[in-house]
Amino acid sequence: MAQADLLERIYFGLCAVLAVAGAIGTVAFPNPIRGALSLLFSIVAIAGLYLQLHAPFLAAIQLIVYAGAVVVLFLFVIMLIGPDAIPPKDSRALVARVTGGIAGTAISLLVIMVLSRKTFPRIAPIQAAYGSVESIGELLFTDYLVPFEVSSFLLMVAIVGAVAVARGKQPDPQLTKKPDADVAPAAEERGAS
Amino acid sequence: MIPIPAFLVLAGILFGIGAVGFLVRRNVLVALMSIELMLNAINLTFVAFNRSFPNQHTGQVISFFVIAIAAAEAAVGLAIVLSFFRLRKTVRSDSADLLKN
Repeated sequence: MAQADLLERIYFGLCAVLAVAGAIGTVAFPNPIRGALSLLFSIVAIAGLYLQLHAPFLAAIQLIVYAGAVVVLFLFVIMLIGPDAIPPKDSRALVARVTGGIAGTAISLLVIMVLSRKTFPRIAPIQAAYGSVESIGELLFTDYLVPFEVSSFLLMVAIVGAVAVARGKQPDPQLTKKPDADVAPAAEERGAS
Repeated sequence: MIPIPAFLVLAGILFGIGAVGFLVRRNVLVALMSIELMLNAINLTFVAFNRSFPNQHTGQVISFFVIAIAAAEAAVGLAIVLSFFRLRKTVRSDSADLLKN
């Protein structure tokens, strides 16, 4: 029993260190690609913590959605933007940044102080079904059916919105004309040579 | 057994790093990643609190919804970043000043 406890502590420590290191890397690396990969580390570590909290379904969702989709989307966009994704250093708005940093640190210290109070309930014994896919799936399709359907609608709207925003305003004639314009000079050149 | 406050303090630290990153960094991409970090920290608190009340699954279900909404938010946010980059040829959030004058 003591050995299992020690293993659990080591596992928690490893995940916690990895999560915090990844978070610091996300925020501190000047290169956003390194930031995105640090975010990946942090997300995988948090998935490990979900496993320790008996939430295997959420750990799987975390890996699929965050590590598999969101981070990859970030990497796509960073690579689409190219070298401009690292903007040159300049010291505009330095006062605002320093103030923001101090305010953020103060707020997060407050949050940590509140969260570390001893009055929070302790770990309770669990049933075997706790956190399983069956129990959460049953809940999603009974008590939380309306939020579930609304979130699916929201995801669809987000997809359409993302495509509409990222596509930009391109006039339709240009879209239809462009292939012809590309083909015509090529044909001429071939004719000339 | 790891006590619940350990998870909560870890979530607080992660949230703090994300918040400071969001306020200090001027790269829009890094700001979006900091938001993801903060959402992850909040999910961790939901799951940790749920561990204290194991006869229901409310915290885990809310985490599930937060993950879904965060994915939608990341997609739309990155689309806006791309559109902004086309307009200004930079990803500095200070350059979003078309409405300034």
